[in-house]
Amino acid sequence: MVERQSPLEPEFHVGSHGNFEHGVEIILTETRPGSIVQLAAWPGEEKKLIAAIRTVAGLALPDGAGGGLSDGVKSVFGFAPGKFTVADEVEGLAAAFAKVVTPIIGTVTDLSHGRTAIRIAGPKAEWVLAKFFAIDFALPAFPIGAGRSTTHHDVFAQIQRTGADQFDIYVFRSFARSFWKALCHASEEVGYEVQ
Amino acid sequence: MLITCPYCGPRDVIEFTYQGDGNRERPDPASQNFEAWNAYVYDRLNPAGDHNEIWQHSGGCRTHLRVVRNTLTHEISSVAFAHGGHGSAARRKAEDKS
Ligand SMILES: [Zn+2]
Repeated sequence: MVERQSPLEPEFHVGSHGNFEHGVEIILTETRPGSIVQLAAWPGEEKKLIAAIRTVAGLALPDGAGGGLSDGVKSVFGFAPGKFTVADEVEGLAAAFAKVVTPIIGTVTDLSHGRTAIRIAGPKAEWVLAKFFAIDFALPAFPIGAGRSTTHHDVFAQIQRTGADQFDIYVFRSFARSFWKALCHASEEVGYEVQ
Repeated sequence: MLITCPYCGPRDVIEFTYQGDGNRERPDPASQNFEAWNAYVYDRLNPAGDHNEIWQHSGGCRTHLRVVRNTLTHEISSVAFAHGGHGSAARRKAEDKS
């Protein structure tokens, strides 16, 4: 396989930045999943798709809109009725799903090269994200594992909470560097570290 | 203005796209009834009060929604999926009236 280059590279500066004299309150990383796949069930076929996700990824989706979970290697969350994003550290997820998600059940779209996954973590993660997205980031409203579809400056993004103070943001690859720069600027006031 | 998407919950209006009057009924595509087509394209109730509207949550889950909005106050009294088949996906049923 050809090695995938990061769109963030020219703006990806490992180390501490901004106002970090009193400590770093934000950690920014690129998670670089090998696979990012979107699955969509035809109306009435949602249960079969959820079963397929369990078979292929070993993840049992919780009930409810936007529900999801992550085992640290693979992640899944609902982003629309009957539609799910699945990410895996390794490549090949789309091919694995294509064998199980038949055309009767729904569709498989491989977005591994189309999205960039950025992780923001730390005690001020909610604070910084609230500058971008007009959604409620508080833990009771946005539980661990859950996903949200929303926009920043009219650009679409999907967000999964993968920890009490950790979020994975999936953005269009072509917008990723711009979003990353904005995220760095927004994190300056609390001090951030790029890892 | 907030619209409570049945899937995503309350979201700012900036995430939504207006898709037009929800009272219209499209004639059969084969229909040659010009009166009916004219009414579909041009006739609007233009009420001062509750209005049936179609909105798309274009900056979110991208589903189409049936919204009742008061044209005088912008109060949203009802939001539902415009198409069936998503019934079990709704988590915000209790909050339909935002
Ligand atoms: Zn929505």
